[in-house]
Amino acid sequence: MADSLIEMTAAELARKVNAREHSAREIIDATFEHVRRADGEIGAFLMLTEELAREHAERVDARVKAGERLPLAGVPVAVKDNMCLRGTRTTCGSKILGDWSAPYTATAVQRILDAGAIPIGKTNLDEFAMGSSCENSALGVTRNPYDAQRVPGGSSGGSAAAVAGYESTIGLGSDTGGSIREPAAFCNIVGFKPTYGRVSRYGLIAFASSLDQIGPLTRTVEDAALAYDAFAGHDPMDATSVDVPHENTASSLREDLKGLRVGIVKEYQAKSLGSAIDSVYAQAYADLERLGAEIVEIGLPTADYGIATYYLIAPAECSSNLARFDGVRYGLRVEGNDMTETYDRTRAAGFGPEVKRRILIGTHALSSGYYDAYYLKAQKARTKIAADFENAFGACDVIASPAAAAPAFRLGAKSDPISMYLMDYYTIPVSLAGLPSVSVPCGWARPDDGDAEMPLGLQLTAPLFGETLLLGAAHAYERATLHAKKHSPRIGVRA
Amino acid sequence: MASPDLDVRYVAKLARIALTDDEARTYGAQLADILGHVAALNELDTSDVAATAQVIESRNVDREDALAPCLPRDEALAGATRTQGGYFRVPRIIGEA
Repeated sequence: MADSLIEMTAAELARKVNAREHSAREIIDATFEHVRRADGEIGAFLMLTEELAREHAERVDARVKAGERLPLAGVPVAVKDNMCLRGTRTTCGSKILGDWSAPYTATAVQRILDAGAIPIGKTNLDEFAMGSSCENSALGVTRNPYDAQRVPGGSSGGSAAAVAGYESTIGLGSDTGGSIREPAAFCNIVGFKPTYGRVSRYGLIAFASSLDQIGPLTRTVEDAALAYDAFAGHDPMDATSVDVPHENTASSLREDLKGLRVGIVKEYQAKSLGSAIDSVYAQAYADLERLGAEIVEIGLPTADYGIATYYLIAPAECSSNLARFDGVRYGLRVEGNDMTETYDRTRAAGFGPEVKRRILIGTHALSSGYYDAYYLKAQKARTKIAADFENAFGACDVIASPAAAAPAFRLGAKSDPISMYLMDYYTIPVSLAGLPSVSVPCGWARPDDGDAEMPLGLQLTAPLFGETLLLGAAHAYERATLHAKKHSPRIGVRA
Repeated sequence: MASPDLDVRYVAKLARIALTDDEARTYGAQLADILGHVAALNELDTSDVAATAQVIESRNVDREDALAPCLPRDEALAGATRTQGGYFRVPRIIGEA
């Protein structure tokens, strides 16, 4: 029974808890039993919050007993460790926060807990969410549940690995340039980044504020919709959270794609990711058509400038946001002879190499004499990229593309920063345009450097605020193909 | 420095990060590569467009000027390495007389 509980979807678990067929407590028992067995190999968690989980489970069981129906009753949720959860350590995968304990809870986290979800732990990430493999974490190694020698993706790699390895039913992630979608693709799960502004960023420790967005990682599209419905919506605590009506997406999922125009990107079609991967995507587009969609070719002529644009805007914003880590108010302090030396030493000791690189690039891009050439130029390029998407959506309802430039790579394989940045080629332009986007499992391919097939993700992208349409289409595709079911995780499984 | 227009020591000073000589060499070369990559943007004609700071229309956010609970002082101070008398304590900033 324990195994069946950890394998159930959030929708099934909530149904059973609300019907009092199972208690939240039973689910949490089964979850921690599995996590204790599996996480030594997977390494998804930086911290388990077992005591807190048991308190929440007791509370949920009492609420259900009293007659309440909760959309995520008793569903385990793993929280990326750049989101605050009151009274628990929040590290951002960095040494600079030391043993800092969050004095308040992020809005998205609070809302998912209010909907009945149970917080089971904080998950590993690339330091301050900067990276595509989780290897930039200063605090631990996370492995891909489908191949222990490969990365889970990043930066939400811990949440992705936890969900893929059945350690949690929902993972919370944040996506700045692909940090939900790429690890979802690498780990054979669903990863959903909502429209910028749909989900409050209050309590999400900022990386690049004009891009950061919280979203769910789950094993089904329906679960992603349930989680999103629980935490989307306006929040007065985040001035960039949009005050537009939230539609319930979980109740609007569809089974076919009749009448939907799906755009395939001409410029992407001209590039090959290798014949095995190309044929997986060709099949995915054919499947969309089989389900009733009309396939149309669209152009995104400036998407190729996405990475260059992103690696000016995101570092510029990060250099500003991370100025707050100065050793005075929280976290690590390495004392110097004066204040300046204290700053210099604290930040030298506390930040890892990728964070330092990005702070330095961003500081340069914003510095006197370079601002126009770099930062302003990138902001103008961003306008062009967003306009490309707007034009494309004149001819289609949803855009389909690969989610990542390759399947999960081996740990240590990408030592050159730019080769890592290129993994996010397909997700970054979407982020710059602020669009809602989801990665859904779409098949398997053998990597050039391996024998076992690894999963691939199909990225579907909709116009601003098109979440209902987007998740509806993703659900229809998922239900008709069931690619995720082909293989089971290869590590962290019961002996 | 490896890059014609990036003085890594100067930028690190602005960013308040002490660098070792090795780090200065490594980051200097890596940042030059990255700037080389982003230089591709120069091919893109942006003379006809305005800058985008973020994609969602933003406006001023007002609220009533009303009292609301906030983080208690001891909790706000709890994460600091050094505090004194209800304040954050830092090294002397103003020189001794």
